[in-house]
Amino acid sequence: MSEESLINIKINNKEIQVDKNLTVMQACEIVGEEIPRFCYHDKLSIAGNCRMCLVEIEKAPKLVSSCTMPLMDGMSIITNSDKVNAGRKGVMEFLLINHPLDCPICDQGGECDLQDQAMYYGFDRSRYQENKRAVDNKNMGPLVNTIMTRCIHCTRCVRFATEVAGVPELGMLGRGENAEITTYLEQSITSELSGNVIDLCPVGALTSKPYQFKARPWELKRTDSIDIFDAVGSNIRIDSRAQEILRVTPRANDLINEEWITDKVRFNYDGYYQQRIDQPYIRKNGTLEPVSWSDAIKSLKQKLKQSKPLSLIGDQVDVETGYAIKKFMKNFGDNNVECRTDNQAILQNNVESIRFNTPLTEIENADLIIIGGTNPRIEAPIINHKIFKAYNNFAEIFNIGENLELNYPTHQLGEDLSNLNSENLQKALKKSKTPLMIIGSGFLSHIQDVKTLKALFEFSYKNKIITEEKNNLNFLTPHASRIGNLLLENTTSNDCQPLNSINKKDFDIVLSFGSEVIANSEYENLFKIYLGHHGDEGAMKADIVLPTPLYTEKYGTFVNIEGRPQEAKKCHNPIGQAKEEWSILKELSNQLSLPYEIESFEDLRKELSKNYPELLFWNNVISVQKSNETSENNQFECCKPTYPISNFYMADVISKNSITMAKCVEEILSKPLLEKSA
Amino acid sequence: MSGNHPGLSNNFIRSGEKFEWSKENLKEIKKIISKYPKERKQSAVMPLLYLAQEQNKNWVSIECIEAIAETLQMPKIRVTEVASFYSMYNSQPVGKNLIQVCRTSPCWLRGSDKITDTICKETKCAINETSEDSLFTVVEVECLGACSNGPMIQINNDFYEDLDQESTKQIIENIKNNIPNKIGSQKGRKSSENA
Repeated sequence: MSEESLINIKINNKEIQVDKNLTVMQACEIVGEEIPRFCYHDKLSIAGNCRMCLVEIEKAPKLVSSCTMPLMDGMSIITNSDKVNAGRKGVMEFLLINHPLDCPICDQGGECDLQDQAMYYGFDRSRYQENKRAVDNKNMGPLVNTIMTRCIHCTRCVRFATEVAGVPELGMLGRGENAEITTYLEQSITSELSGNVIDLCPVGALTSKPYQFKARPWELKRTDSIDIFDAVGSNIRIDSRAQEILRVTPRANDLINEEWITDKVRFNYDGYYQQRIDQPYIRKNGTLEPVSWSDAIKSLKQKLKQSKPLSLIGDQVDVETGYAIKKFMKNFGDNNVECRTDNQAILQNNVESIRFNTPLTEIENADLIIIGGTNPRIEAPIINHKIFKAYNNFAEIFNIGENLELNYPTHQLGEDLSNLNSENLQKALKKSKTPLMIIGSGFLSHIQDVKTLKALFEFSYKNKIITEEKNNLNFLTPHASRIGNLLLENTTSNDCQPLNSINKKDFDIVLSFGSEVIANSEYENLFKIYLGHHGDEGAMKADIVLPTPLYTEKYGTFVNIEGRPQEAKKCHNPIGQAKEEWSILKELSNQLSLPYEIESFEDLRKELSKNYPELLFWNNVISVQKSNETSENNQFECCKPTYPISNFYMADVISKNSITMAKCVEEILSKPLLEKSA
Repeated sequence: MSGNHPGLSNNFIRSGEKFEWSKENLKEIKKIISKYPKERKQSAVMPLLYLAQEQNKNWVSIECIEAIAETLQMPKIRVTEVASFYSMYNSQPVGKNLIQVCRTSPCWLRGSDKITDTICKETKCAINETSEDSLFTVVEVECLGACSNGPMIQINNDFYEDLDQESTKQIIENIKNNIPNKIGSQKGRKSSENA
């Protein structure tokens, strides 16, 4: 902050120096004066319509709403005078005139801004004797429940839909007493981030439909965790009571998800308890039959003795488990663990070729964004929000691949990577100062030759996507386990088409750690062991099924696309007889007399931190060596992308089993296109 | 009261007919949009709502809103917000002539009740209703701002002031017979000069 941008002001007769670009409310917050508010939210534009944040400013004739008032040099602000209190009390009384005061049956009760602030500024009885107004509830889709009589018209939800979610579908109709918040023609909100309006709503007007009448906030146990349904690593908080998860809400983390999470992680928790594998099964005469753990281990021992197993790592496997698998599989030789089950191409020993190299907070500063082979709206809605921010900062967006239904306009460049050399793009790139490129697994899983990957790097050097200071060439995977396991080198030595190039005849057993690819026909002749938590395609085809806990039932570390390890904590005990993978592998090692010196989860972490210390430095991005990939040719392979996820609400075993997600598919995705573009 | 005014309902409905801009209106729209900077096209939403209402038999249907949203490339909900905010945009079908009778104190003291009765009798429709031939819709409104010339009514975009039962009857009669009416004071006053 330069000297010039500082001004002297007084807050409650305390002199301070603050940045002149702040508002009165922000300045008050700096000195720790809490200002009540309903409509103001730091991530949204300023509306100034609730009038709760009144303060007194010396020489101003009337009270001023502090959220809209810019600072001026020499301003003297008073936040605690009788006049201010009387003003706020008046505003509160007006807000409560048409508020139903049905707190005992309201889901927001206990965490309601209006309730809390009424404790300070409310009046203990009402002077209002007229009829209260009542408003019809509105349909906002299968996720957001509306009780519109409670609405105080702060318009946070309207601003969120327009500015953050990028779907201008919410609005306030009418005026005065007739003002009502609604979606256009009461259609469902078509955003992947729509659940966040529930957290934004300061009263109980917008609440969660699945959580309706389930619990009070003070009964819930809070567990900090990580969103594993995409690779962004959004910080979440899991609220549970006893052995049941009742809701999932975001934790603010400005470096990653700000204050938002996707609807998938927020609402698919009912899927955690559906179709669970609760005990071991062995296939006998063609059908899977329940067996005891000791029997299962016994027959596994028989199978694994003098065999050549192959391990496939699924999309939601944490780093600790990944390390245990790596350790176990070492006994059987090299090149027998693969986490790239979608054939993602990488450059070995080059972390820059697997991760999202731009810090997530910097995406919005790009002035040109190339999206290739990925649909960020469904593969990483948080990233998509940041691209939308960049678009609002006048960035130009180019798309290579299919025509996508994004919430911002793009220049369509054709379907394959060779379009990077197209004239339009080259012209725009020349003008651009901070270009950014995102290559998704749509392309990566098709690349046959490393030359293409190297050409991508070459292209980036040439067009200043990668410079000395920054690397804006990004690779986007939708799978939470991927980066962590690639950093553990849980992968075979082929750069491209890793899974396809594994010769299945070299192996006789395949161990799948939550990977569904074993249902494919090429694994038909292998003996299949499935370790997972949900009975889906993979478990159906397996010969032995072993139950393992979900990410909420054990401690684990997940590395997000930036390469930032974060810990997901244990919320409750595993369901049924599920056992953590490392302990299953320990049991097996003991039976097979293989070395495996891990006695407890702490041992596992200790050993992991010895060998890969950075993976347990939570919340810090791993250090990445600058690569220098050069390539003579600037030719890209011709391949059309296949997008890894086509249905946002049903992309993995958990959300496939969620009833709420099924409702979303029915009510949001199946809407005819015409209606959708409201 | 206000809830029954066709301009103050938040419930927009479909007319069931396709709405396409007429040729004259397309020309007019071009002219209107050219008044605003290129990237602020949506500033033209209010004049366009007027045009749509005029073309669509005096009311704004969902089809109109969607046509405007497309013309101005703005979200439909934003057009709906504007249309629902102002009472001059009718969200419900109304008769060809929307008669708004002022009933606020100055007009009421000067006999607006009698005017209302006369209108209801002549048009054969009750307050807040549309006549059978859809020629008239009658609503009572609060002050329209011509207090010194009360009692007064507004028919579509025009004021008729200094009314008595006779002149009111004549105005309705003229509308029925397609004879143009004298706008403003019916007693020959110029604006609000002393009577």
